[in-house]
Amino acid sequence: MLTLQVNGKSVEVDVDPDTPLLWVLRDVLGMTGTKYGCGIAECGVCTVHVDGRPVRSCSLPVGLIGPQKAITTIEGLQADPIATAVRKAWLDIDVVQCGYCQPGQIMAAIALLKKIPNPTDEQIEAGMSGNLCRCGTYMRIRAAIRNVAAAQGVTP
Amino acid sequence: MTSKRVSSPALRRRQVLGGAGAFVLAAILPAGRSRGAGMLVEDATASFAPNAYIRIGSDNIVTMILPNIEMGQGIYTSSVMLMAEELAIDPQSVRMEAAPPGGGAEITGGSTSSMTEWMPLRQAGAAARTMLQQAAAARWSCAPGNCVAQDGYILGPAGQRLSYGELAADAANLPVPKDVTLKTPAQFRLIGRPMHRLDSQVKVDGQATFGIDVQVPGQKIGAVAACPVIGGHVGHVDTQAALKIRGVVTVLQIDDAVCVVADHYWAARKGLAALDVQWVEGANATVDTQTIYRQLEGGLSGPAIVADHHGDPQQAMNHAHGRYSATYRQPLLAHATMEPINCTIHVRPDGCDIWTGTQVAERARDTTAEVTGLPKDRIKLHSQYIGGGFGRRLEHEYVTQAARFGRQVSYPLKIIWSREEDITRDRFRPAYLDHLEAGLDERGYITGLTHRIVGPAVVARWEPSGLSANGYDDDLSVGTVITPYTYPAYRLEFARREPPGVITAWWRGVGGTRGLFVVEGFIDELAQRAGVDPVAYRREMVRSNPRALAVLDRVARESGWGTPLPPNCGRGVALQFAFGSYLATVVEVEMAAAHDVRIRRVTCAVDCGQVINPDQITAQIEGGLIFGFSAALYNEITLEKGRVQQDNFHTWRVMRMNEAPKRIDVHLIESRESPGGIGETGTAAAAPALANAMAAVQKRRYRFLPLLSPLNQPSGHEKEQQG
Repeated sequence: MLTLQVNGKSVEVDVDPDTPLLWVLRDVLGMTGTKYGCGIAECGVCTVHVDGRPVRSCSLPVGLIGPQKAITTIEGLQADPIATAVRKAWLDIDVVQCGYCQPGQIMAAIALLKKIPNPTDEQIEAGMSGNLCRCGTYMRIRAAIRNVAAAQGVTP
Repeated sequence: MTSKRVSSPALRRRQVLGGAGAFVLAAILPAGRSRGAGMLVEDATASFAPNAYIRIGSDNIVTMILPNIEMGQGIYTSSVMLMAEELAIDPQSVRMEAAPPGGGAEITGGSTSSMTEWMPLRQAGAAARTMLQQAAAARWSCAPGNCVAQDGYILGPAGQRLSYGELAADAANLPVPKDVTLKTPAQFRLIGRPMHRLDSQVKVDGQATFGIDVQVPGQKIGAVAACPVIGGHVGHVDTQAALKIRGVVTVLQIDDAVCVVADHYWAARKGLAALDVQWVEGANATVDTQTIYRQLEGGLSGPAIVADHHGDPQQAMNHAHGRYSATYRQPLLAHATMEPINCTIHVRPDGCDIWTGTQVAERARDTTAEVTGLPKDRIKLHSQYIGGGFGRRLEHEYVTQAARFGRQVSYPLKIIWSREEDITRDRFRPAYLDHLEAGLDERGYITGLTHRIVGPAVVARWEPSGLSANGYDDDLSVGTVITPYTYPAYRLEFARREPPGVITAWWRGVGGTRGLFVVEGFIDELAQRAGVDPVAYRREMVRSNPRALAVLDRVARESGWGTPLPPNCGRGVALQFAFGSYLATVVEVEMAAAHDVRIRRVTCAVDCGQVINPDQITAQIEGGLIFGFSAALYNEITLEKGRVQQDNFHTWRVMRMNEAPKRIDVHLIESRESPGGIGETGTAAAAPALANAMAAVQKRRYRFLPLLSPLNQPSGHEKEQQG
């Protein structure tokens, strides 16, 4: 049995410690908002936060996490002000197309904005270029992140 | 529209929708989902269901059943807008459902959805509204013409007011009107105005259910490996080590694939890695990429089908002032949708449920009937949101595969293809060679043009009845025969070559993506040869086509065409008429070195006829361009000994945010023409506009895709023949 902190709750899972966090979230805990895309940390659709930092859950064995670290998924952060602002920015300019990569994009964007409230375009690209989107929503993601910064009252 | 030929997917869609009407109410689990979370048709008994598209319950819930599947293109939103416009209801209040197979949902593809839905969905909304007005008029003993539909209510002449739900039971007893009056464009309140997508909220919350997210009680997860060489089969299998992996339940086999079933996907993957499978690879184990290109080269001479012709291009060439020819080459391409291929299936003795994302729901149901021996009406297909289509989910072989595995077990089985399986076992956009030769007048304009395409006919496998009697695939006409240009004399030839070792399929932009790279590249070469500005050269060629002229002039103006640029920068243009829409595109690139391409800016002018949701047109062009740039710059599937050599995003490069254009401006031209398709137009424009821009910087032509291929190095592929 491994103990994990997921979205503020303590959960116990009975899996091999080499099991990536992604599959524990999806297939053991039934939280499917975090997606599978590549399995090798190349595409970012599986992005979650571990202690606030963006992590590719497809390549993080659960046995390495431990019971103390706070794992946050797209299903968490419902009341978080930055998360709320990011979602609103996404909706305001209709970023989403097929939507499959967007939970990962949003988790990456939240982590970026928590670290750098007013990122430059270069910082946005550095923070977001690990997240692929086949629908090509990059321009709107960039714009939405800028809009969040502007709405927080930090002028670029 | 001019002499547009409908590509095969479009044709099939039209035939199907033309005959749509029968309403199939499917009772499908699970019920009680939040609005729009999945696309599962719920068990609903509406008191008023005037047609296949609309149900109104006495609880005042309006449900719209959407004939085309949502895969990012925004069709759910625009479909609801079309019906809501005539029904006079707030689109935000509508529940959305995917149509079940037989309910009109046969094929979503070929950029046809807006074209085919434009009339039927408005008529559906108008019919429902008319019946509600009649029901109200009967209650109030007044003329239906005095009853006004507004925001979900019918308002009477004496101030009466009844909701649609209150009238639903009465309306259900009325005959469906044969003729309905549709709003004129001046009366539109929704159509043509920007509306936020109706599927965004669930997608930003992580609550949207894609096929891969389906959770059926009791389900097991299967990791699949098919023979890495097409046509091969499973030889000896030793399951001992795999079955020892914790969580592994069983190992299933079919003739060409194995599936390790486990409690969760990771255990299944570990089991698959531990499984000892020997493949019997078969004859295709000798196929390399060069095998395919050599076969294509053989088709450049010798017999060919004459697919289209007018005038006498040979005569024109014989008398021409000059002649010019070029050969273009395009590679095999994978789809690599972000959601890997998957399907969940529960086969029981008395029926079957399928949960998956598909662009071909009816085919998916039918193949399952064949595999399981169950009657079609015992098979329920629950369409889910699609995490990227791009033509990949016009194939349904993964449903067939799931059924073949699923019939061996009693529990619901979800198969997931790893990314490696998804890319290596994709069905690829074919490789092609194109040879063009033009006779030119003294100013350098075309007097006669011959064009030979060498490659496969995708339609011959995908829908054999779509193949022309002479063996031609009409899809190849998009961007070649169907262009904004007219030539004094023209011949299009097709030398069909079906490649060994791969299965070829549709890909975003289909014939348009294929044809435009060639034709717009060649036109650009002719302009360069003539010493005429590429926009001016095209302008002369389309001078009697006002819609083409309008997009070309607009894009030239908005892009700053002809204005000075910094060093190492250049612009390229592409003009197209495809999927019923006109598009002109200017790409501005910076190339510090031959392999360093930065797309500074893209400008598009679009005339796609009547616009339904303008911002989603822009979104489709932006995304379509980036999809096309990705392939144009980086992508090529290669084979060695019959095995695909690219297998994940480190070898199949997808454009990232830092590589994407800094700016894309889309300018819509107001039009009252019927809606044209839009989802594939940007992708079709990407490669030619980018290649022409790179040619402008590097002062040499780009005739091979991908553009960063060493084949495009300056080794003198260009040749000019004086005749």
